[in-house]
Amino acid sequence: MQIIDSRTAKELILAGFWYVILSVFALTLALPLVWLLSTSLKTGGQTFLMPPKWIPEPFVWTNYSEAFKAVAFHEYFWNTIRIVIFATIGALLTASLAAFAFARLRFPFREQLFLLVLSTIMLPSIVTLIPTFIVFRTLGWIDTFLPLIVPLWFGGGAFNIFLFRQFFMTIPLELDEAARIDGAGNLRIYWGVILPLSKPVLATIAVFAFIHNWNDFFEPLIYLQSPENWTMAIGLRGFQGLYHTEWNLMMAASTAMIAPLLILFFFAQRYFVSGIQMSGLAGR
Amino acid sequence: MGVQGDPGAKVKKGRSLLWSEARDGYLFILPWILGFIIFTAGPMLASLYISFTRWEIVTPSVWVGGAQYVKLFNDDRFWLSLYNTSYYVFIGVPLHLFFALLAALAVNMNLRGIHFFRTAYYVPSLTPVVANSILWVWIFHPEWGLANAFLEWIGLEGLYWLQDPRLAKPALIVMSFWSIGGQMVILLAGLKGIPMELYEAAAIDGANWWSRFWRVTLPLLTPALFFNLIIAIIGAFQVFTQAYIMTEGGPNYSTLFYLLYLFRAAFENFRMGYASAMAWVLFIIVLTFTIVQFVLSDRWVFYEGDVRR
Repeated sequence: MQIIDSRTAKELILAGFWYVILSVFALTLALPLVWLLSTSLKTGGQTFLMPPKWIPEPFVWTNYSEAFKAVAFHEYFWNTIRIVIFATIGALLTASLAAFAFARLRFPFREQLFLLVLSTIMLPSIVTLIPTFIVFRTLGWIDTFLPLIVPLWFGGGAFNIFLFRQFFMTIPLELDEAARIDGAGNLRIYWGVILPLSKPVLATIAVFAFIHNWNDFFEPLIYLQSPENWTMAIGLRGFQGLYHTEWNLMMAASTAMIAPLLILFFFAQRYFVSGIQMSGLAGR
Repeated sequence: MGVQGDPGAKVKKGRSLLWSEARDGYLFILPWILGFIIFTAGPMLASLYISFTRWEIVTPSVWVGGAQYVKLFNDDRFWLSLYNTSYYVFIGVPLHLFFALLAALAVNMNLRGIHFFRTAYYVPSLTPVVANSILWVWIFHPEWGLANAFLEWIGLEGLYWLQDPRLAKPALIVMSFWSIGGQMVILLAGLKGIPMELYEAAAIDGANWWSRFWRVTLPLLTPALFFNLIIAIIGAFQVFTQAYIMTEGGPNYSTLFYLLYLFRAAFENFRMGYASAMAWVLFIIVLTFTIVQFVLSDRWVFYEGDVRR
C-alpha cells in the first residue's frame, strides 16, 4: 500500500509541475487576446494611455452593442459564413484528392508536377495581383463571392495539398494493396481507406481553411465592392473613420469576430486523436 | 526500429507502372491542373513578362529586356533587403520550429484539461495581424513596455528593441514565437498519427523516455517537420506585415525586408517592372531552396507508406 501511495503522490507533484509550466506559457501566449478583450471594454480615451491600462475602468460593455449598431455586422456575418463554408468544403475535397494521387499513385512527371504545385506559393502575390484581377474581371466575377470560392474547388491550394500529402504518406501502403486485392478502385481506396484514417489532418485542414477564409482581408477587399457583399474582416474598416479610428469599437467587433473561431477550434480538437489503427494489421 | 521492415517493398517491386494507375493519378489532380491553368498560370506568366518591361501602371509598358534585372543587381538596397530577409529566415525559422515542437509535445500530454491549453496556445494565431502588431509596439516600448519590465524584473537593463538597428530583427523574430500555434497543431496531428503499438513495443524493449523520443517520435514526426520547414521558409522569405506596420523598414533600413522593398517599388513608386523582376528573383531563390530540401529529405524524412517512384 505504501508503494502505491508514494507513487500517486509523485505523479500528483509531477502533474502539478506540468500544470504550472503550461499555465505560464498559456498566459504569455494569450497576451494579445487579453489585450484585445481589455481594449474592447475601454472608453475611447483610455485606449492609447501610456503606460497602457490592462484592466478597463470602467468596463464599457455597451461597446459591443454600439459596434453591432455602427456597422451592418449581421449581414457581414452571413456573407462570411457562406463564403467560408463553400470554400472550406471545396478545399478539403479537391486538395485531398490531389494529395492522394501525389502520395500514393505513380504517374509520369509526378515529382515535377508536385514542385509546380508548391511553386504557386513562392511568387509574391503582390505582382500577380493585377493580372489575377483581370482574369476575374474577364470572367465577370468581380463583386461576387466566386473569386473567393471557386479557385478552392480547383485543387484547394498548395498548402493544403502538401499537408494532406505528408500525412497520407505516413499511412502504410499495404492497406491500399489489401483493398486492391479485394477489388477496390483508387477512388474507393481514397474514400474508404485513406480518408477515414486521416481524421487528425482533415480536422486540422478544415480548421485552418475555415480560419484563413474567415480572417482573410486582402482578397475580399479587392473583389467585393458593394457593402452588401462585404465580409466581417473588411467590415471592420467601418470603424476606421476619416479623421480618427474608434479602436475600442473595432476591438469589440474583432473580439466578436474571433469568438466563433475559438469555439470552433476548441471543439475540433476532439478529432486530434490517433487516426491509424495498426492493430488490425498485426496478423498480416 | 520495428517499422522499417516495410511490407510494401515486396509489393512495390512486383508491380510495374500501370496505365490505369497513371490515368487515375492525372484524373485526381485534374481539378488542380485546371485551376492552375485558369487562375494561376496566366497571372504568373504576365508578371514574368512585366519584369522585362518598364511599366508605371498609368503609362503603357515598354519592353526593356533584362534591364530591370541588371538594375536590381546593382542596387545596394536590394542586397540589403535580401540580407535582412535571410537573417529572418535562417535564424527565425529553426527557432520557431523548435518552439513549435516543444509546444506540440507539451499539449500532447495526457493531462486533464489539456484541450484548454491547446486552445490557449493557438489563440495568438486567431488575433488579427494589425491588432497584434499594435500590441507588440507597446510590448517593445522602451519605457512602458512589458519586454523591458520583464528584463528589469530579472535584473537586466532595458533595451531599445525597435529603435536599435542591431535589435530590430531579433525583436521581430521574438514576436514571431507567438505565432507557433499553426505549426504546433500540424505537429500535434503528426504526433497523434504515431501508432501506440510502437511505443508499447519500445517500452517492452526497455526504452526510456529519451530513447523513445529519438527512436519513435522524432523519426515518425519527420513528414510533419518537413512540411513545417518548407512552408515556414517559403513564408519567412515573404515576411512583410510586421515590418510594414511596426517599423516601416527602420531603424536605418534594418528591417527593410525583401517584400517590403518590393511592395514600395510596386505601390509607392509604381515601378511594376522592377517589382516583378524582384519577385521573380525571389521565386528562383525560394524554388532552389525547396528543390535542395526535397533532395536532402531522402536522408532524414521517414515515410511509413514509403515513397514509390
